[in-house]
Amino acid sequence: MDLYDWLLFLHVLGAFFAVGALTALWALILGTRGAAPLLDPRSAMVYGRTGGILVGVGMMVALIFGIWLAIDLDAYQLWDAWILASLVLWAIGGWAGGQAGKSFESGPEGRGAGIRYQTINSVAVLVILVLMIWKPGA
Amino acid sequence: MLAAIRPDSVNLPLFLHVLGAMLLVGSLLAVGFATMLGRGSTDNAPGLARFGLKTLLLGVLPSYILMRVGAQWTESEQNYPDDFEATWIDIGYITADVGALLVLISAVLAGVGLRRGSVRMGRIVGVISFILLAAYLVAVWAMTAKPT
Repeated sequence: MDLYDWLLFLHVLGAFFAVGALTALWALILGTRGAAPLLDPRSAMVYGRTGGILVGVGMMVALIFGIWLAIDLDAYQLWDAWILASLVLWAIGGWAGGQAGKSFESGPEGRGAGIRYQTINSVAVLVILVLMIWKPGA
Repeated sequence: MLAAIRPDSVNLPLFLHVLGAMLLVGSLLAVGFATMLGRGSTDNAPGLARFGLKTLLLGVLPSYILMRVGAQWTESEQNYPDDFEATWIDIGYITADVGALLVLISAVLAGVGLRRGSVRMGRIVGVISFILLAAYLVAVWAMTAKPT
């Protein structure tokens, strides 16, 4: 394995952790809805915090190795439109993820706002995935 | 560079394949989380087991199908020659097909477990989820590093 292989593996692994943990958090949102949630509040809090940390770590790993890849490869530049758009979406998604965590931590009254921020984060990450596959303009 | 050597027709199936794989990892993580939390809490174990079993049926199963159909569609759009052989594709098929067997066993156990309200079934499914997660980590490595 050369440097490119390692960078790509770690970049994709970070993305898998981020999207995977986001998916797990959506499962938590579905599992805690209604009058008789499947998860008790304490378990839901531990689960949510762990998932939130994993999303953050995954996004950071994907960002660091993604930037490294763009610097390492002659074919891509950090100022390519699809990479810049991904970085902006990454920042929006990261901000929304942080707000989602704060809203859910504030108790049941923060659930609605938490779901809205979680949706913004998920849509941002989904659009980044589209950009990474299609690479418009590359 | 990668975009230049990949036909445009591959993008949509590849997107569905990667999205399915990410959702699969996420739903397996959810089952794994629930199993770990259930081990440390006897009072809440039934609810957590139910959550894990439901996630397996409603999350793992459909995302596996999306990942696998996307993989087959991607390969057909790549138009590889008949004699094309690649270790990374073999690793992908092995993990996917052995994974399919484990997902099917888990789905049956989940169905039975949900009907009986069994905590034990939830734990077995949780252990299988961790095995699948480890296998898919290898698959992600093979798909990106493409060992020959």
